Amino acid sequence: MNLDYLWTGFAVALTWQNLLIGLVGCFLGTIIGALPAIGPINGIALLLPIAYTLGLPPESTMILLAAIYTGSEYGGRISSILLNVPGDAGAVMTALDGNPLARQGRAGEALMISGLSSFVGGIIGVVGLTLFAPFLASLAIGFGPAEYFVLMVFAFATLGSMVGSQPVKTLLGCVLGLMLATVGLDPTSGAYRFTFDSPELGDGIDFVVLVIGLFSISEAMLMLESHATGTSIVGKVGRTFVRWKDVVFTTGATLRGSIIGFVVGVLPGTGASVASAVSYTLEKRVSDRDGTFGKGDMRGLASPEAANNSCAAGAFVPMLTLGVPGSGTTAVMLGALMLYNIQPGPQLFAERPEIVGGLIASLYIGNVLLLLLNIPFVGIFSRLLLLPNWILVPGILVLSVVGVYSTHASVEAVLLMLGVGCIGWLLRKLGFDMAPIILGFVLGKVMEVNLRNALAISGGELGILFQSHISIILWVLAALVAVGPWALQLWSRRRRSRA
Amino acid sequence: MNATFTKFALAGLVSALLTGGAVALPQKTECLAGAKPGGGFDVTCRLAANSLLAAKLIEQPMVVTYMEGGVGAIAYNHVVGKRAADPSLIVAASTGSALLLAQGKFGSHDENAVRWIGALGADYGVIVVNADSPYKTLKELSDAYGANPASFPIGGGGAVGSQDWMKAALIAKGAGQDPKKMRYVALEGGGAVLTSLEGGHIKIGAGDASEMVKHHLAGKVRILAVMSPERLTGDLADIPTTREQGYDFDWVIWRGYYTGAKVSDADYAAWTDAFKKLVQTPEFKSELAARGLFPYTVIGAEFDAQVKSDVQRFKTLAKEAGL
Repeated sequence: MNLDYLWTGFAVALTWQNLLIGLVGCFLGTIIGALPAIGPINGIALLLPIAYTLGLPPESTMILLAAIYTGSEYGGRISSILLNVPGDAGAVMTALDGNPLARQGRAGEALMISGLSSFVGGIIGVVGLTLFAPFLASLAIGFGPAEYFVLMVFAFATLGSMVGSQPVKTLLGCVLGLMLATVGLDPTSGAYRFTFDSPELGDGIDFVVLVIGLFSISEAMLMLESHATGTSIVGKVGRTFVRWKDVVFTTGATLRGSIIGFVVGVLPGTGASVASAVSYTLEKRVSDRDGTFGKGDMRGLASPEAANNSCAAGAFVPMLTLGVPGSGTTAVMLGALMLYNIQPGPQLFAERPEIVGGLIASLYIGNVLLLLLNIPFVGIFSRLLLLPNWILVPGILVLSVVGVYSTHASVEAVLLMLGVGCIGWLLRKLGFDMAPIILGFVLGKVMEVNLRNALAISGGELGILFQSHISIILWVLAALVAVGPWALQLWSRRRRSRA
Repeated sequence: MNATFTKFALAGLVSALLTGGAVALPQKTECLAGAKPGGGFDVTCRLAANSLLAAKLIEQPMVVTYMEGGVGAIAYNHVVGKRAADPSLIVAASTGSALLLAQGKFGSHDENAVRWIGALGADYGVIVVNADSPYKTLKELSDAYGANPASFPIGGGGAVGSQDWMKAALIAKGAGQDPKKMRYVALEGGGAVLTSLEGGHIKIGAGDASEMVKHHLAGKVRILAVMSPERLTGDLADIPTTREQGYDFDWVIWRGYYTGAKVSDADYAAWTDAFKKLVQTPEFKSELAARGLFPYTVIGAEFDAQVKSDVQRFKTLAKEAGL
C-alpha cells in the first residue's frame, strides 16, 4: 500500500503554522461541541467564511475544519455529562449514563473515561480511514435505498433494549419522534406536510432545535423547579483521574463502539447521531445484565463516545475516496474546497495529495492534541457543577437561545425550541425518557426516505428489501438482536431446570 | 472640514465620471446566500464578491451572509418583508428559484416581489449513466427506456418537482413516456446520485455539469448529453447536446441575483451597470471559469423579463408533467 501521501500530509500538518491552526481548531471545536445548539456543522459553517476571508491556503483550511470537527465530538460530551444538555447531535446518548454519574458525584471520572474512549474511537477511526478507505468506499456504494432501510430496521431492533420497565412510554416516545420527523418537505413528492403554510417549517423541525428544546430547556426548567422546592442536585466533582479498573471495565464497550461508529460513519446516508444510538443500544443489549445502564454505567458512557468519534473519521472515507460527502459536516467541507476552486471528485487523492494527506495527518495529530488538551481541563470543566443555580440556569437558557438564533437567524426557531422545551418538561414530569423521542426522530427520517426510494426503484415490489446479500445479513442481525436475548434467557433457564 | 468636504465631492465626481454618470454602488455591499456556506448560492455570492473586488468595481470587500431554509425561500421572504428598500443588498438566485416560485413554494410572494438584477453565469443539466452501462448515446438510452420504462429507475438530487426531477421528466417525455409513471428516486443531492449510479441502484442520473464533470473524467460515470443549447467548452466539449441528439429540450441553470422591490431605479441601475462592466473584465472571466461555471450574461430588464417568462414556462411544464 502506498502511503506516500500520508508522509506528505504529515510534512504539511507539522509545519508550525498548521500545528497552531490545528491547536486553535481543536480548542474552538471543543468549545463549539460543548455549547448547546452549536454543533460541528454550524461551527464549521461559521468559521469557513472567516478562514476564506483570512486567505488561508486550502490545506490549512481543511486542517482547521477537520480539527473543529474532531474537537466538537470531544466537546459534546462535556455538557452532556455535567448538565444533561447534549452539546451536539452525537452526544445525546452520552447523557444517558454520563449525567447519572455526575449526579453521583463522579463527574471527574466520567469526563476522564469518556475522554479516553473518545481518543480510542478517534484513533481507530483514523487508522481505518488510512488503511481501508478505498475498500470501504466500494462497500459503501453497495448500500442503496433498500439496504439503508434494512439498516434502520436493525437500528430499531436494537431499540428493544431501551424498552426497560416502561414499554408503553418508550413506544409512545418513539412514535412521537417518528411523527415529528414527518413535518416539512416530503422528501419524495415534494409536498409540504404539517407546515401550516409557514416557510420556517418548510425544512422540517431541525434536529438541533428538537434536542435543545427537549434536553436543555426542560433541564433548565427542572433545575429551577428543584431550586424552588429546595432539593439541590450535585455539588460534588469527585476524582479527576481514572482507575485502571474502570479502563479495563470499559475496554470492550469502547472497542465495540469504535467499530460500529466507524462503519456507520462510512455510510454516506447516516451520521453521528445514528452511530452513537446504535452503539449504545447494542452495548446495552450485550452488556447490561444487571440493569445498570441508564443509571450511571461507565460502559454506557464509553460506547457512544467512542462511536461518535470514530464516526467522524469514517465520514471522511466517502468524502476523500468518492468525492461525495459522508455526513452533513463533510458536505460543508467539500463545499469549502469548491470555494477554493477545487472541484472535489474521485481523483482528489491523486490530484491534491497535500490536501488529503494533510487532512488525515491532522486527524492523527488532532486526536493526540485533544487528549492532552482534555486531561488538564477535566478539573476546570467539572467545576461547572459547583456553580450556583442562579448562574447555571440563566446561563443554559442564554446559550441555548443564542445558539439556536445564531444558527437559524430566525425568531421562529427560538420559539419552537421553547415550545418543545415546555412539552419536554411536561413529558419528563410524566416519567417519559427523552432518548426514544430523539431516536424515533433520527432513525425515522432515514427509514422513510429509503423505504420510499426502494419502492420507487422496484415499482412497489417489496421483494427488493430482501434482494441483496447486505440486506439479508442485516435482516438476520436484526432478528438476532430482537429475539436473541430472550432466546438465550430461555435456553439458560431450561438448562438450569434440567440440571 | 472644508478640505474633507472637497475631497468627498471630488471623489464623488470622479466615481460619477468613471461609472458614466450613474449612481455608484454603496460603500458597504452584501450578498445574501439562502443556504449553508459552501452550497451553490454561496458560490454565486463569492463569484460576485470576489470578481467585483478584483475588478475594482467596489472598494471594500462585499460581505457574504447566510440564511438557510427552503432552498432560498426563507431568504426570499426575509428580503421581501424586511429589506425591500436596502440598496446595498443582492441575493443569490438560480433557475431553481424560478422553479420554486412557479410552484408557489416561496410562500405567498410571487416573482414580482423583488427586482431581478442579472445572471452572471450558468451551469447546465446533464444526463448520466454508470460507466458500465451499455448505452453510449442519449438515443440508445432513450429507445431502451421507451421500450421498458419500468426497468430504469431514474435518480436525481431532489424531490418530485425539483430541477433534477424536471430533467428526468424531460427525458421520459423525450422517450414518449408519461413522466408520472417514471420510477423516480429522490436522493439527497448530487453526491447521492453518483454513489447510487456507481452502486447500480439507479440506471439513469440527472444532475448538473459542474458537479458530474470530475466523476465523468475519472471514468466513474458517463455523461450522455449536456442539456445546453450549444456545445460546452472545456472538459465537456466532446459531449453532444440534447438538441444535437434530436431532443427538443435543454436545462439551463442560470446563477443570478435579485434585490428588494423598493430599491430605487437609480440604485438598481448602479448594480446593472456594475455587472455590465464586470463581465467585460479578465478578472471576472477567470473567477467564473475557476468555479466551473459557463459564461451566461443576461442583465437588467432583459433578465427581469427572462425570470418572469421562466416562471410561466415552468408553470406549464409542471402542469404537463402532472404536478
